Amino acid sequence: MAKKINYIKVKKSFKSQIMDILYYFDLVSVLTAKELKVRYKNSVLGYFWSVLNPLSMALIFLFAFKKVLKIPIENYTFFLICGLFPWQWFSNSVMVSTNILLSNATLIKKTNFPFYIIPLVSVLNDMIHFIMSIPIILALALSYKIWPTIAWIYGILLLTISQFFLTFGISLFVSSLNLFFRDLERIVNIGIMILFYGTPIFYDTSFVPQRYKFFIIINPLAGIIENWRDIFMKNSINFPLFWKNLAYNIIIFSLGFFIFKKLSYKFGEIL
Amino acid sequence: MSLSSKIVVSFERVTKTYPYYGYIIAGLKNFLLKLPQAIKYSRKRFVALKNISFQVYEGECFGIIGKNGAGKSTILSLILGVIKPDKGRIYVKKRVSALLELGAGFHPDLTGRENIILNGVLLGMRKKKVLQQMEKIIEFSELRNFIDQPIRTYSLGMIARLGFSVAAHLEPEILLIDEVLAVGDIGFQKKCINKILSFKQNGVTIVFVSHNMQDIKNLCDRVMWIEDHSIKMIGSPDEVIKAYEQAYK
Repeated sequence: MAKKINYIKVKKSFKSQIMDILYYFDLVSVLTAKELKVRYKNSVLGYFWSVLNPLSMALIFLFAFKKVLKIPIENYTFFLICGLFPWQWFSNSVMVSTNILLSNATLIKKTNFPFYIIPLVSVLNDMIHFIMSIPIILALALSYKIWPTIAWIYGILLLTISQFFLTFGISLFVSSLNLFFRDLERIVNIGIMILFYGTPIFYDTSFVPQRYKFFIIINPLAGIIENWRDIFMKNSINFPLFWKNLAYNIIIFSLGFFIFKKLSYKFGEIL
Repeated sequence: MSLSSKIVVSFERVTKTYPYYGYIIAGLKNFLLKLPQAIKYSRKRFVALKNISFQVYEGECFGIIGKNGAGKSTILSLILGVIKPDKGRIYVKKRVSALLELGAGFHPDLTGRENIILNGVLLGMRKKKVLQQMEKIIEFSELRNFIDQPIRTYSLGMIARLGFSVAAHLEPEILLIDEVLAVGDIGFQKKCINKILSFKQNGVTIVFVSHNMQDIKNLCDRVMWIEDHSIKMIGSPDEVIKAYEQAYK
């Protein structure tokens, strides 16, 4: 089969490229606003529902690990919330993205905007939910007499960017691959479960025996969760860990984006 | 249509095949267990277009007719750029707007007004532009009384009306239309045809797929007849339609 470049569009001028970027910005904002609207349209308790899930998980872990197993961690409720809220963003985005191209098949076949915008919108949607749940973390911090400093502002900003790269990268990867292997969804569900227990969310990294530390090091989420906790609980950010983690996440994002781009010309055929 | 006109879409010996994805999409288990068949099938491909070449000139309305499954929609998808050809070259020299499905991206829980914004942006308009055109779009759709209701309460005809009304306010350079006028009542169909004619008068290049020979006659400057995945005939609407209708007598 001849493999050469065979779809040619005339080169775009600088001005029309700028117009394209402005247009994509519109597209992303309109689609994200739509997701939020749809989510909250039919329920008065919309916001409450989106934080109820991590809050109830926190209660379960509080009971199982603090009350029953007596895990030696101070302020355990707060400790859990600091890990569970960012985790929720990651896991929701990845699970929704797995099927998102299938459920948007008509858009892919009938319109010609860049397809990566579809998983992007789902990642942004969960990111906004996470950001909206920060006031709850703040309230909890205050109740534990932790007074936030300026570190919260830049810490939240930096970590949101870093986690965005990771989440979007994995979402691109699973969304495109799921078109070719439709049972990937189940594998993703199992993977998410393994990742949840393999990430220091309800335990501390220091508890992990030396021989298993390797898994914490290769798990990009572990670094992020640790960083989130440092900011919320200690008003500080572990910069060496942050930069290493950011580099890792950007690599994952680039790989995900590359694979998605490579496969995206097949989307129209396969859907 | 003079021959000196600028070519805006050009197909040069284009072949497009589709794989038989059955074995792959059935899941990873099937793929691995039936690896030999899966590989065999992934080599065997279904030919949707065989070595076709044609040009569309700036400002003309180019009709495509043929049986179901002949490859008409594949041509539109190739122009739109959502799929790539296996062999040959395709040139597209202007911005393409596609009207392949009325109301792409409509969400049933959102109101007509909210869906106009959503659909307009998905079709390629800036949000500001959609908001400026909002009143005109509502006026055109004749759905003002329902515009703030969620569109799950609309009938199919009303949804199609709303979809076309948004598309009618695009500013396309090349417009692809795939058999979307078959909906709505006669009055609205007439309105759609008039709108397409006014696009044409404004110099928009149109590629138009339809099974309605009357529409083809009314709108098109040239018509291409696709049969068995290749071009049977290109010519004036009258001669091509005559031959086409002769063949299926």
